[in-house]
Amino acid sequence: MSENKKIRVATCSLAGCFGCHMSLLDIDEKLLTLLELIEFDRTPLTDIKHCSPCDVGLIEGGVCNAENVHVLKEFRKNCKVLVAVGSCAITGGIPAMRNNIGLWECFQEVYQFEGGLEGGQVPNDPELPLPFDKVHPIYEVVNVDYFLPGCPPPADAIWKFLTDLLAGREPKLEYEMLHYD
Amino acid sequence: MSQCDSPDLKQRLAPILQKHGRDPTKVLQILREIQDTAHCICGQSIDLIAEHLDLPRVRVAGVAGFYSFLAGGQACGEYRVLFSDNITDHMLGKAELMDYFSKKLWLEPGKVSEDGLVSVDSTSCTGMCDQGPAALVNGMPLTNLDENCLDLICELIRSRKPVSDWPPMLFEVQDNILRKDVLLGEAFEPGAALKATLARGPRETWAEVDKSNLRGRGGAGFKTASKWSFCHAAIAEEEGHVVCDIGDRAERIMVCNADEGEPGTFKDRVLLNSYADLVFEGMTVGARVVGARRGFLYLRGEYAYMLGKLEGVLQQRREKGLLGKNILGEQGFDFDIEIHLGAGAYICGEESALIESLEGKRGRPRNRPPFPVTHGYLGHPTVVDNVETFACAAKIALHGGEWFAAMGTGQSAGTKILSISGDCERRGIYEYPFGTTIRQILQDCGAEDPYAVQVSGPSGTTISWKEFDRMIAFEDLATAGAFMIFKRGRDLFQMARNFSHFFAHESCGFCTPCRVGTTLMQRIMDKIDGGHGTASDLEEMKNLGQLLKTMSHCGLGTSAANPVLDTLNKFPDVYEQKLKALAFEPAFDLDGALATARRITGRDDKEAHLGAES
Repeated sequence: MSENKKIRVATCSLAGCFGCHMSLLDIDEKLLTLLELIEFDRTPLTDIKHCSPCDVGLIEGGVCNAENVHVLKEFRKNCKVLVAVGSCAITGGIPAMRNNIGLWECFQEVYQFEGGLEGGQVPNDPELPLPFDKVHPIYEVVNVDYFLPGCPPPADAIWKFLTDLLAGREPKLEYEMLHYD
Repeated sequence: MSQCDSPDLKQRLAPILQKHGRDPTKVLQILREIQDTAHCICGQSIDLIAEHLDLPRVRVAGVAGFYSFLAGGQACGEYRVLFSDNITDHMLGKAELMDYFSKKLWLEPGKVSEDGLVSVDSTSCTGMCDQGPAALVNGMPLTNLDENCLDLICELIRSRKPVSDWPPMLFEVQDNILRKDVLLGEAFEPGAALKATLARGPRETWAEVDKSNLRGRGGAGFKTASKWSFCHAAIAEEEGHVVCDIGDRAERIMVCNADEGEPGTFKDRVLLNSYADLVFEGMTVGARVVGARRGFLYLRGEYAYMLGKLEGVLQQRREKGLLGKNILGEQGFDFDIEIHLGAGAYICGEESALIESLEGKRGRPRNRPPFPVTHGYLGHPTVVDNVETFACAAKIALHGGEWFAAMGTGQSAGTKILSISGDCERRGIYEYPFGTTIRQILQDCGAEDPYAVQVSGPSGTTISWKEFDRMIAFEDLATAGAFMIFKRGRDLFQMARNFSHFFAHESCGFCTPCRVGTTLMQRIMDKIDGGHGTASDLEEMKNLGQLLKTMSHCGLGTSAANPVLDTLNKFPDVYEQKLKALAFEPAFDLDGALATARRITGRDDKEAHLGAES
């Protein structure tokens, strides 16, 4: 495949832990093969700040604040195929555990009670992304084309998924790649 | 509440525990009685029951958490008012009345008042659709509610008058029988069908039931004679051969399914209220045919108010020699019926879930096969039939199979009792021969400008005005009896949304496709209702519906998508009117979901908002 026909891939982590990105790196030596097939656009690996038109967008993490919405919508606008990668993007995951706790209680715990930050004040700096009442899965905010499950999805599953997609096949994961015990 | 914390809990529970002995199948009955007296089931009561019955604590706690009338560990008010949430109640103003009542009592629905006096909530259809809006107060039915009624009820609650002393007119339940045929029309002499059965002999009576082509009236339409013969054959008369696997202890059990939970159905209420003898006689005829000695009436919790009356009928029958030992003097013909109360779980209308519930467990449907006819109650071969089926069986025993088979259509013999509610002048009970058209029925009940009919409840079929020439019969529209009419101008989307909430609430949670699928369906319907719907949501619901239909463990899941799929198919415009855009729309109000954080931080800058363009 010639250099200028490489598939463009963008990735980001919203309300996630970067574990899914770590799993992507866990493809190990196959990363070299992968890099012959794809090139990265906006991703924490390239440090490109904004998306340009891409073929595939991989989203890790759910939507917990206003900035996440901007990023997610930018990805949707630019990526032909958008993939929710991992439990948090698919269901909200661990960050969504705060959904049963009121936002005020969360803020109090973080900023006001003993061991808190910011001198006992809830910060109001416009630089800080404003949090939602609850953490949402990304499909509630944009249309999602594929869901790649796992916490994180195993490196082999990411590899299989991407190579299927690159080969123009409907991605299909065997049972072994979808059970986690 | 405070009553649970009291140190004398053990003494107060003692009479209930003693009454039921150490029989683990009584867990549900014990929990019901504790709920009724203490208004909640606390951890300590669960400990005491588990100890008394020698059961694991989780078994008892699991049951307490399953049934909605038990409310798990949550407290209820001394007065617990539950408004019936069926679409027909909504059409008669349920939401506004519940709101009016809650405001009058300074209450939030779902919460208990500060003094523990009263709680208000919704409950699935209480089976009073012909006289709604309806509610239950401490298990007693309230019908034809309006603001005046609710004012009076508020006064009664505030003055702490016991529900048993409330004016009886509040609890009046009408039969509203508006069309009678052979089941409801003829006078029935208790014992007549049994005498005919004894004169004819059990095998010959079975032959009559077989000839009659009677099919189950609960909706599925399985041939009753086959069910009875399978149950009979599970324990062969000759020595040795037993199909069920509990060996020589095996005995046959007759169960009458009166868990009439399908919203819009209320015929069993009327049959049990005014034709109980006919139903019990049908059970006894069945017992004679299959050779059963024990029978149960599984009465839904919403009909608990009839318990006293039904116990009275059973007692009378015992006194007349129609139940008990040596019935009508026939040596060795012993049969008796016990009433088991449900506690607000639609799933228990499914026969294997009903049997689990009879055994004092959570109402979780079993894997089938093996079917209850060979492996039923506690492993015994068990017949589970609908109330109306038993009523038909009694008539067949009396008049013979040919008489019955001559009525109705080729594949659907006899008559069907319909419970008619919704937009018509005369709501109530109508008995029709099978084969009657929807158009005829609509005309008889005075439906003005009918637009759609929901036949057989949420799990049934939505019929549009173009299909009114279809008929009630197993070969066309099979029905358990519900018949809800919607006139032109009614929002059928709201009907489907109401039903999606019903299924999400009633899913037993055992299998993932149903537990998750019904909730996703409900959320998408709410998303569309909230003005965030898009074309892709409709596609998603079609896929979800297909998944529910094919992957669910039992009939609840397989039919849960019916109302949405039917209305999507027959009335696409009611959805399309509500769609905001054809492109994707978020499921929630993005900017609204930032409001709390804006309030806490005091921010109102540009970054603290999400507009449409973002």
